[in-house]
Amino acid sequence: MNPSNPAAAPAAVTVSAGPGYSFAYLDAGTKRMIRRAILKAIAIPGYQVPFAAREMPMPYGWGTGGVQVTAAILGAADVLKVIDQGADDTTNAVSIRRFFTATAGIATTTRTAEASVIQTRHRIPEAPLVEGQVLVYQVPIPEPLRFLEPRETETRQLHALAEYGLMHVKLYEDIARHGHIATTYAYPVEVAGRYVMDPSPTPKFDNPKMDDCPALQLFGAGREKRIYAIPPYTRVRSLDFEDHPFRVQSFDRPCALCGAEGVYLDEVVLDDAGGRMFVCSDTDHCESRLGESCLGETRRADGQTGEAA
Amino acid sequence: MYVAVKGGEAAIDNAHRLLAEVRRGDPAVPELTVAQIREQMRLLVDRVMTEGSLYDPDLAALALKQARGDVVEAVFLVRAYRTTLPRFGATEPVDTGAMTLARRISATFKDLPGGQVLGPTFDYTHRLVDFGLADGDSRDRSPDPAAEAEPEADAAACPRVTDLLGQAGLLEPSPPDAGAPVGDLTREPVDYPVDRAVRLQALARGDEGFLLALGYSTQRGYGRTHPFVGEIRVGAVDLEFTPEELGFPVGLGTVDLTECQMINQFHGHGAVPPQFTRGYGLVFGQGERKAMAMALVDRSLRAAELGEAVAVPAQDQEFVLAHCDSLQATGFVEHMKLPHYVDFQAELDLVRRLRAEHAARAAAPPPESDESPLREAAE
Repeated sequence: MNPSNPAAAPAAVTVSAGPGYSFAYLDAGTKRMIRRAILKAIAIPGYQVPFAAREMPMPYGWGTGGVQVTAAILGAADVLKVIDQGADDTTNAVSIRRFFTATAGIATTTRTAEASVIQTRHRIPEAPLVEGQVLVYQVPIPEPLRFLEPRETETRQLHALAEYGLMHVKLYEDIARHGHIATTYAYPVEVAGRYVMDPSPTPKFDNPKMDDCPALQLFGAGREKRIYAIPPYTRVRSLDFEDHPFRVQSFDRPCALCGAEGVYLDEVVLDDAGGRMFVCSDTDHCESRLGESCLGETRRADGQTGEAA
Repeated sequence: MYVAVKGGEAAIDNAHRLLAEVRRGDPAVPELTVAQIREQMRLLVDRVMTEGSLYDPDLAALALKQARGDVVEAVFLVRAYRTTLPRFGATEPVDTGAMTLARRISATFKDLPGGQVLGPTFDYTHRLVDFGLADGDSRDRSPDPAAEAEPEADAAACPRVTDLLGQAGLLEPSPPDAGAPVGDLTREPVDYPVDRAVRLQALARGDEGFLLALGYSTQRGYGRTHPFVGEIRVGAVDLEFTPEELGFPVGLGTVDLTECQMINQFHGHGAVPPQFTRGYGLVFGQGERKAMAMALVDRSLRAAELGEAVAVPAQDQEFVLAHCDSLQATGFVEHMKLPHYVDFQAELDLVRRLRAEHAARAAAPPPESDESPLREAAE
């Protein structure tokens, strides 16, 4: 978020966007419009602020909202990390990171701790975020009530009246039908005791990380033209019932590579005979632990050191 | 042994190189030029300009070449370019009544001032494959005496049909131009419900196939509007712009347009006497199918304004406007190609748990009281 502090920009950073494009692609007028929307979103935590999302050179649904938010807050001194499914090396994360390298000429990293801005799709990093960091979420459907009420004119009223009965009924019906709340990702939260908000399709495992988080969390939905935010140290409560308290997923084994427990794991199919292994979804977290040689069972068995993952 | 997938960057580069190669096709076949596409695939170019909402035949032709003929991809290229262009201002409203006509038909009057001008149309062609075209166009280009005999349309005497009917009060008049600012959904977020101008903008940019199907649905009973083609006109109109420092309009050139005025029966209500209402379609180039579909859907979306029930998809502006844009639709549909394994893992976990519980229930003796696990869970 360098624009508020131009002095922090090192002179060595050059813009390599090519002729005709502004720093970080968006023109100054568009950035100003988006920053205004962001400021309003921060002022009203969890409220979806409409903004005039632009057509971006990547498709809707592939992170155009997150990209616009990132482009609007990025300064020349920022260090950007981009993850998709928790990984820095998934193709769309690579593509977005390249976009900003090309249009803003900024430094990038895969290390959560070194990043000032982290753009993410579907995960919150395992390593706790700190003050000064910004987490930018890519959001497909910003409206938590959309699948209960398809009309924007209706959902807007429901939010205005804080009328969230529909959502509680939905969660209750899940329990009645399945014995559990059958929402495993994009699990609705209440922000600062007021707005019910969609945390984007992160697994509910990540919901507790949003609560009282020292970092600023910004959410961008390009196709739906909405921005919302959770300011640092804001109360974020996952919706639940007294007799059915919110619970996150748990895995009955540690990461097979680094041995981490209490982290979100990806299930990797190894063969066509039912062979499976579970590894960290957060590749940076896994690599960091491997660097500290915390080996999981696979690594110990293979006698390898942690270079991959 | 599992190795975490690395090398996304190399894979992307290779995929793009391969794409460039297949785009070119067999190098023994001469490469298409942009001018060839512009001249000989003109209806496709027109569609890309319309849905790309940018009038630039060369750019649209180039986009089609780059997109390997994929219309939505070409529209995407044009839109992504358009969004970076500075806005100098708005032109004067175009006067389609003063259009230099290439084609003009009315289905509501046998003859009318200015006459019916068939122009270049597929209508009344027999759809027989012309195998002669495969070996090049050997058409005789000498003037046909019969064509010479056909009366030329007199542009000066070619008022819009809607102006003719309007004079008798039978047809609702065009709303007066109050000089109010016109919305632009590419610069402001859509705030439902939106006015007709923004709806028309969305429809003009909307996917031809989607609007065609929606318009068709109104003809089959899903929100019937009793439409007639008052007029379709195709031709060139002058574009004028008033620079602030001059204060008077200067000509910028001409654009080709297709305009459709659909006339719809209306029984009137309350203070409004029975009269014909209108649906409006306007697209770049020659695009009659799109203009007609747009006019049908425009009229349909006026249901609330005209006191009609809003009961079917074509009458519901949130449904139509939120889903008519091919870029938004294709982006969100195709984003399902992106990895979703984190969410899928969460669902796997839930389904496994539910299945385990289901199996346990099936194995257990049938509950004899109200204390079944399901009931309990619901309380």
